[in-house]
Amino acid sequence: MATNLYGLMAEFSQPEPLIEAARRAHAAGYRKMDAYSPMPVEGLAEAIGFRTSLVQRLVFIAGVLGAAGGFTLCWWMTVVAYPHNVAGRPLNSWPAYIPITFEGMVLVSCLTAVIGMLVLNGLPQPYHPVFNVSRFERASRDRFFLCIEAADPKFEAKETREFLETLSPQGVMEVEP
Amino acid sequence: MHDEPPVTTLDPGPKKVLGPGHDYGTVTDKISGVVYRPFERTPREMFIGFGIAFLLVNVLLVSVTWLFFRGVGIWGIMIPVAWGFAIVNFVWWIGIGHAGTFISAILLLLKQDWRTSINRFSESMTLFAVACAGMFPILHLGRPWLAYWLVPYPNTMWLWPQPRSPLIWDVFAVSTYGTVSLLFWFTGLIPDFATMRDKAPNSWAQKIFGMLALGWRGSAKHWARYQKAYLLLAGLSTPLVVSVHSVVSFDFSVSIVPGWHTTIFPPYFVAGAIYSGFAMVLTLAIPVRRWYHLEDLITMRHIECMAKVMLGTGLIVAYGYAMEAFMAWYSGNQVERYTFINRAWIGGYWWTYWILILCNILTPQLLWSKRVRLYLPAVFIISLIINIGMWLERFVIVVTSLTRDYVPSSWGMYYPTLWDWSTYAGTLGLFVSLMFLFIRGLPAISIFEMREVVHHLEHTHGD
Repeated sequence: MATNLYGLMAEFSQPEPLIEAARRAHAAGYRKMDAYSPMPVEGLAEAIGFRTSLVQRLVFIAGVLGAAGGFTLCWWMTVVAYPHNVAGRPLNSWPAYIPITFEGMVLVSCLTAVIGMLVLNGLPQPYHPVFNVSRFERASRDRFFLCIEAADPKFEAKETREFLETLSPQGVMEVEP
Repeated sequence: MHDEPPVTTLDPGPKKVLGPGHDYGTVTDKISGVVYRPFERTPREMFIGFGIAFLLVNVLLVSVTWLFFRGVGIWGIMIPVAWGFAIVNFVWWIGIGHAGTFISAILLLLKQDWRTSINRFSESMTLFAVACAGMFPILHLGRPWLAYWLVPYPNTMWLWPQPRSPLIWDVFAVSTYGTVSLLFWFTGLIPDFATMRDKAPNSWAQKIFGMLALGWRGSAKHWARYQKAYLLLAGLSTPLVVSVHSVVSFDFSVSIVPGWHTTIFPPYFVAGAIYSGFAMVLTLAIPVRRWYHLEDLITMRHIECMAKVMLGTGLIVAYGYAMEAFMAWYSGNQVERYTFINRAWIGGYWWTYWILILCNILTPQLLWSKRVRLYLPAVFIISLIINIGMWLERFVIVVTSLTRDYVPSSWGMYYPTLWDWSTYAGTLGLFVSLMFLFIRGLPAISIFEMREVVHHLEHTHGD
């Protein structure tokens, strides 16, 4: 019935009621939802049933690759590409490669952490329906929102609205797609 | 004047990190208000300060242009002192940058509540200090337009940089440091850009901040990944910041020049870097907090903690000086001993050494007194003295060591020219101009982290 809706959004003035609301929505069986807050709120992502460890895995792989890349670069430059005998020292003088190996590790993993975080978050994203709610501009100031999306199989415009009302929010708003 | 909100400039004293009566909304409004203040209501000191700094930027441009025309001969450098002001300034600037990373990364991992309102500010300082620092080795190259030869890339000359040399380590360390500082700074800004976008008073500001915010909407899923990434950046920056100044110190300690060839250099350089960096944060933060009435966000607790860090790192630096003197005697090495005597007593620059001791070791001892730490003019002046002292330290290390090599026939003095001074003053102007533009145009205090502080305080104090 409510096909022209992105979802329904409830507004809260404090983070704790939002966590509580998210928990109850999850317990009520809603899965496609998201919570919005002006700062990171501990336990909020878990409350909507979201867990991820992808960023740190990616960064670990990137760190290993960056370190290997840094070392290989030094080794290749001094052993293969431009072998140069400095006072009879071995061409593969690996202790001297450690600083660049380390910097390679840091550089590649930091780039991966930031770019990986942005890509996994789907950013940059020029348009998103939640911005159609005029009160949502306070999501970056002092208000906390819970949005249950219409794509959720359990979503019914009327019942979901009634459910959100029971969470004692400041207000419930429709989100245009 | 007429539509000005009541300014609360109540400093809550040295115990609190935030003035009374703040909630999520007020910290947001206050910090974004600095940027969205009408142009004509910018504090007059900012205009005067920026005017002077911008004049110095022009001095820098003239100096660099003349340098490109005539080469490094316009500076006072000559064998045996081929590393003059350029390298002194490089080490000094990069050291100043270190406080920013220290505050944003190490203090984040240590969960220090007083880092929050100064981290953005000092990260920006890092960024601009690294920009000033990075310029000097390139200008010093002689043929700066060939600076890209430092980077390993396939070329028709079939030449590659020498990765056994600390100078190449430096290229990697400084460029990595610059990149990671930029990433850290920008990542921290994304949620604040979103705030600025949503509070924009006109469509221009909304469009510019909207693009910079990348569509950030504060989703819990986004925050979860964001915090992981932010924490990882902090974790990676922590060893990075230690490595950068260690590598800079390798430039000296790996060589065999007496006065450079010593194992104490890496820890002593890193401590000195954080020391000078905190001094610079205080030099900038004390006036800015006053001009913009930010006393309730940057409280006396922040000032006092920074003063304590200066005292602590200053003592490590003092230990470094003491060890140099001790090793000159204990090593029994004639050259080492001569280097020290030359530095402190018989050399042409003996007076720089004693001013350095006065600035870096004696003056900061005043900070043992709580009254001094809480008296802003004193802290401000001490921070300026430390900045000068740390610059002199690099001068003493770089220049006096080179003037007296092993062979008396290669002894010689170094005298800076007008162009040495103008280039240095020019980078000071560039740094201050960029800082002032940053304070005027971007949220100088991390807004979302201040909201976290508000949240935290509500829960710990129950009010």
